[in-house]
Amino acid sequence: MDVSLYKYLLMLGDNSMILGHRLSELCGHGPNLETDIALTNISLDLFGQVRSLFQYAAKVKGGSATEDTIAFSRTEREILNVILVEQPNEDFAHVVGRQYLYDIYHFLLLEALVGSKDETIAAIANKSLKEVKYHKRFSGEWLKRLAGGTDESQQRMQAAIDHMYPFLDELFHVTEVEEEMRAQGVGADLSVIKAECYAIIDDHFRIAGLQVPEHPPRVSKGKYGIHTEKMGFILSELQFMQRSYPNMQW
Amino acid sequence: MSTQDLEQRFQDRIDAGEKIEPKDWMPEKYRKTHIRQISQHAHSEIVGMLPEGNWITRTPTLRRKVGLLAKVQDEAGHGLYLYSAAETLGISRDEMTEQLLCGKAKYSSIFNYPTLSWADIGAIGWLVDGAAIINQVMLTRTSFGPYARAMVRICKEESFHQRQGYEIMLTLCRGTAEQKAMAQDALNRYWWPAMMMFGPRDEESPNTAQSVKWKIKRKTNDELRQQFVDITVPQAEFLGITVPDPEMKWNEDRGHYDFGAIDWDEFWQVVKGNGPCNKERIAARQKAWDDGKWVREAAMAYSQSQENKTQSKIA
Ligand SMILES: [Fe+2]
Ligand SMILES: [Fe+2]
Repeated sequence: MDVSLYKYLLMLGDNSMILGHRLSELCGHGPNLETDIALTNISLDLFGQVRSLFQYAAKVKGGSATEDTIAFSRTEREILNVILVEQPNEDFAHVVGRQYLYDIYHFLLLEALVGSKDETIAAIANKSLKEVKYHKRFSGEWLKRLAGGTDESQQRMQAAIDHMYPFLDELFHVTEVEEEMRAQGVGADLSVIKAECYAIIDDHFRIAGLQVPEHPPRVSKGKYGIHTEKMGFILSELQFMQRSYPNMQW
Repeated sequence: MSTQDLEQRFQDRIDAGEKIEPKDWMPEKYRKTHIRQISQHAHSEIVGMLPEGNWITRTPTLRRKVGLLAKVQDEAGHGLYLYSAAETLGISRDEMTEQLLCGKAKYSSIFNYPTLSWADIGAIGWLVDGAAIINQVMLTRTSFGPYARAMVRICKEESFHQRQGYEIMLTLCRGTAEQKAMAQDALNRYWWPAMMMFGPRDEESPNTAQSVKWKIKRKTNDELRQQFVDITVPQAEFLGITVPDPEMKWNEDRGHYDFGAIDWDEFWQVVKGNGPCNKERIAARQKAWDDGKWVREAAMAYSQSQENKTQSKIA
């Protein structure tokens, strides 16, 4: 098995899976019906991407691996999402802030992966890009709306950004796997994306009237499978059925 | 024209099969009945998201995750069309929501039962969406245009939900003994509440005559319930699980299944707010409403400020 490729697919899929999970927690609880539907839509898109990525990962891994064994049977230390996406749904501003930062990154990443030498990754990226373009529009509009709405919404949006922004740095930390994938022309060059990502975000913040947080990056090692204390609770729900009733068809 | 003449003409239009549109003259009682019924229907879609939403984070597979998310999202869409249909009669969505939260407006009682296992998601799709379709197919031909049109759109999705639910049940029933027991348990708990979805027996349903006249109802509660039983019992047999009613049996003379007595005391207890989850369902809606308040205010303030900007540009 190509371990680096397998791990790279896990990294891509786990970010979508955990962010999709956080959004799925909100289904039926959104601030109004329209946003409820839109957030569920984003969650659906992300889980669709997870399925494509994990189906491919299962093929790379071989044996009896399936998209579901990959999603539901790994331990917490084997799950490689960044810390940003596991942040809880503190309030709607936190949901928007987390989504917005991830969407800007995600879009640039997918743009780069469309040119991947790995045809499957390129095809998945191409399909996902259309979806994430919409996610980015949704979160970007809400970012502006909340920042330019009432005093309360402005404060909440700023507080959410203050909390989420220091986790952005981890997205650009290059692990060995990512370096190898980049060198092979399979993965994206994160250093290129990084500059662009920060430039776009800073520009949007300026237009929306949000302060760029001065807080230094938080030490984050999600890419190495070291998560926050919240992660165990996410997995206890996500993996509940497969852990309680292993080896069955559903 | 006198009110009596107007009413006669109105009834003639309904009898001729014409659709009543929001701007048409209509008796006040017709308007009120429709506001009540359509808003209750909308609330049922929205409250109905909660018991199924309870399993979204715990689906057994990714495929089931996507299926359930899409289903619950469809229900939100149904709520949206229905609120819009009710709004054409001169009530706002916010007013309707407030009526739900204060207990003035009802919603389908079935959603006051808990979802305790994954099989309940199958049972709800199969039985609850199944029962809803029977009601809603009838409503596609109701006299009020916006309601009838909303139903046409909704029915297509409901039948997809019903098939998805049945397929979940089928997978469980073809699975391990533990899975099949899970399916049987879900049927045991959801069967009677599903039977109650058609409402009280005809002799205790005072609105029926008027509703038939206005073509809101083309079949009585008991007729619809019988239709549900006749469709569903063979489906349970195919699954290899048993409807929890010892009196259920095919009646050759009637050409229908006979079934046992419904526990109407339980039905009224749940309607009155004493069901297993009434309090939790309303509390969840209340929390979403309260938590969303600042968001809705922000959206309004923002669109106002954008409008002002455009206007000052034009000026
Ligand atoms: Fe529905
Ligand atoms: Fe449905």
